[in-house]
Amino acid sequence: MTTWPILFVIWFLPVLGAALVYFLARGGDEAADGTARWVALWTTLVTFAISLLLLWRFDPSQSDFQFVEKASWLATGITYHMGVDGISLPFVILTTTLMPFCIIASWKAITSRVREYMMAFLLLEALMVGTFCALDLVLFYLFFEGGLIPMFLIIGVWGGPRRVYASFKFFLYTLLGSVLMLLAIMALYWNGNTTDIPTLLHTAVPRSLQTWAWLAFFASFAVKMPMWPVHTWLPDAHVEAPTAGSVILAAILLKMGGYGFLRFSLPMFPLASHDFTPLIYALSVIAIIYTSLVALAQEDMKKLIAYSSVAHMGFVTMGIFAGTLQGVAGGVFQMISHGIVSGALFLCVGVVYDRMHTREIAAYGGLVNRMPLYAMVFMVFTLANVGLPGTSGFIGEFMTLLGTFRVSIPTAVLAATGVIFSAAYALWLYRKVIFGALVKPSLASIKDLTLRESVTLFPLVALTILFGIYPKPVLDVSAVSVQQLVNNYNTAVSAVKAAALLH
Amino acid sequence: MPELVLAVGAMVLLMIGAYRGQGTTTVVTTAAVCLLVLTGALELALPAGRLSTFGGSFVVDDFARFLKVLSLIGSVVTLILSREFLSVPSRRLFEYPVLVLLSTLGMMVLISAADLISLYLGLELMSLALYVVAASNRDNPKSTEAGLKYFVLGALSSGMLLYGASLVYGFTGTISFAGIAAAAKTGSIGIVFGLVFVLAGLCFKVSAVPFHMWTPDVYEGAPTPVTAFFASAPKVAAMAVFTRATLTAFPGIMAQWQQIVVFVSIASMALGSFAAIGQRNIKRLMAYSSIGHMGYALVGLAAGTAEGAQGVLIYLSIYVAMTLGSFSIILAMKRNGLALEQISDFSGLSRTNPLLAFFFAMFLFSLAGIPPLAGFFAKFYVFTAAIKAGLFTLAVIGVLTSVVGAFYYLTIIKVMYFDDPIAKLDPVRVELRTVLAVTGLFNVFFFVFPGPLVSLAASAAKSLF
Repeated sequence: MTTWPILFVIWFLPVLGAALVYFLARGGDEAADGTARWVALWTTLVTFAISLLLLWRFDPSQSDFQFVEKASWLATGITYHMGVDGISLPFVILTTTLMPFCIIASWKAITSRVREYMMAFLLLEALMVGTFCALDLVLFYLFFEGGLIPMFLIIGVWGGPRRVYASFKFFLYTLLGSVLMLLAIMALYWNGNTTDIPTLLHTAVPRSLQTWAWLAFFASFAVKMPMWPVHTWLPDAHVEAPTAGSVILAAILLKMGGYGFLRFSLPMFPLASHDFTPLIYALSVIAIIYTSLVALAQEDMKKLIAYSSVAHMGFVTMGIFAGTLQGVAGGVFQMISHGIVSGALFLCVGVVYDRMHTREIAAYGGLVNRMPLYAMVFMVFTLANVGLPGTSGFIGEFMTLLGTFRVSIPTAVLAATGVIFSAAYALWLYRKVIFGALVKPSLASIKDLTLRESVTLFPLVALTILFGIYPKPVLDVSAVSVQQLVNNYNTAVSAVKAAALLH
Repeated sequence: MPELVLAVGAMVLLMIGAYRGQGTTTVVTTAAVCLLVLTGALELALPAGRLSTFGGSFVVDDFARFLKVLSLIGSVVTLILSREFLSVPSRRLFEYPVLVLLSTLGMMVLISAADLISLYLGLELMSLALYVVAASNRDNPKSTEAGLKYFVLGALSSGMLLYGASLVYGFTGTISFAGIAAAAKTGSIGIVFGLVFVLAGLCFKVSAVPFHMWTPDVYEGAPTPVTAFFASAPKVAAMAVFTRATLTAFPGIMAQWQQIVVFVSIASMALGSFAAIGQRNIKRLMAYSSIGHMGYALVGLAAGTAEGAQGVLIYLSIYVAMTLGSFSIILAMKRNGLALEQISDFSGLSRTNPLLAFFFAMFLFSLAGIPPLAGFFAKFYVFTAAIKAGLFTLAVIGVLTSVVGAFYYLTIIKVMYFDDPIAKLDPVRVELRTVLAVTGLFNVFFFVFPGPLVSLAASAAKSLF
């Protein structure tokens, strides 16, 4: 075991980095902006390196929480308690992996108030890592909600023309869902006199409280995820946010919803989860089919990808609440895969946006003629988004469908049609932007990927294909924890069913 | 008794001012600050445990100590914030610090009050001084209007309180809280009537809906440091006596007063959130915000438990810090010597004065109750108490209104961060910077060491039960 608090270091380093940016990058001139960029990049890189250490020392054969840190905080039952297990570790790594790419992607795109921008991103990283590591509900809520502040500023200060509307919508929507969760957290506190997550995982919650608490948690995570019909903040936020903001939003913030379902809803309220499974199925299927159709009608590239995110998150919720091994493991994998793929797609949009300053699909066409490298990269991510075998997107969708098929055939069948729709809109987007003759005069002198852009995109291409062919690393890390989660869930549900039969 | 020191000190300072004239204002102000600090120190030096005097009508327990220190802090900071206001030649009022002292004395009596007479005595001493300071900017008709309005409505509420107190006395035959508690176990209709009137009078003082009408006008009209004062220390004292009276004098008829408090709380939270949205003047907005915040504090009281009282205490402490910090920023908003009070004046503040904008944004997020800032913990404790007491409807309505409230706080942040800057501000005065730094750091870093305040509040709350 470790002797030094590695998780603390991972979430605190970015805070330290933000402080460094504040003190070192004074002056507001070009040099200060440069310092801010470099300090931020190095901070995220070092954080990433340390998080790899986490991966290296992690023991995947244990289902318990590892690297546990505990210190007294608010009260006897509310402590500073951190730790990771097989479900949270992949998300921590995903966060730390994508952060350096976000910083590099903002290198040239952000020219005003660079120092504040970098500070906001570093603080956001700290809060996101904290969210995934927190083992106390109040602490979790602190990190979970705290992330709203930097994200609100990122969208509002560095966003597009309708940024005020988008940032307000993002903030208020998320807050509305979360405050209800806060009340449920308090109710759980009085139920077990603690908000310690490992303890609560073994505390039986009365049936009536389960229902209400499940609904309250659902309100928060469904908005965050986002599930239909509370997804409308997402397209607005995505379109208006700067490229790196969209990447973080799609790749990590959305995953907090799915992570929440996995960490709290399913294990703590198994009976309520079981009762509400039809609701989740219905909402997931609607999300998959409806938002895919909506995506077909989009004229803005970012909006199209945003709607496709909602559809892909539908697969995740469906898989998680199927409660089968394949479903849950597929849900985790789909989230990681979607984090990489959708993040990369937003980076791809950012590449052409930086050149042309428009995201209208109609403004592009025939890019393959002048940007062959870009066309290739974009193709990989488009196909991964479609879920083509050989890319990571396939594994996730396939496993969630497989897991759902075992418990609900109609749901799985309907969801499978979504795969076809996703092929339709993704390939349509690709054809419009990349193929065809390059006739638009404004595109005549467009340049291919620069070195900086290649550095951000090629590692993600490699990861997408690697996980598509060899998904074992992710699945292995989470396997034992997922196994335990599913076992506990099924035991709790079947116990109640058996009791119901006896009476 | 530290109150005697404060009373005698205030008289001495009044004499100095009266005989030496207006030139002594600075000296008197400084002396008043020292006097308040001394009172606080003496208060803490009193032997531990529950002390009572004047035949039990004046008690000093942990609850009183906690809130007295808090209101003293509020008064000290007010005097510090008032330095600039008092430095203008036409406003060198030595009466001003003396009145603040007398008002603080009233608060201390109020916080320690254990019967209806000392309650009324403290309340009037506090309020009369407040009426005068509200009108202290004599050249400004708005300030005069504020003073007059406050006085007329305040007198009305005092009348109601007295009427209620006499009813309670008539039906129980005693004025001491302990005696009332013993006599009012069943709650005859007369006692409930008296209770309603007493609570109406107290609601006026904490500016809870439906007795809030004076707040926006008085906040807007009064000089800004005075507004900061109104929003902090007197609110603490009034909430203190509200809590003590309901919990120690009327525990037997809790079901009755709980209904009232729940209604008042919901109405205050809702009105505070919705009415603030349309405001253009920052002081009026802060008035509605304070109405809403009193509603949240009352959520804790509605629980009627030790956790609830603890929540109220934590809420008040954090609220005072947030309010004083916010007002020090409003005071710092000056361009060419003119005070800026419109929300649009904050436009682009994040570029002209980034640190000021940052702290203000943090205060606003905190007032909205966003973690990890202090305001979140304030709300956390009151709502936790409400959930434990089974007041689910109240809690749900409360958190929903807090989302509405977040909207108008965000509007100000939007103006500061998203809009284009206008001309630069005047440099911020040293005393404002100090207050801002202390309250701002408390606000941002409260989550690192929440333990001391929480445990102090817990022991203070226990002393009521």
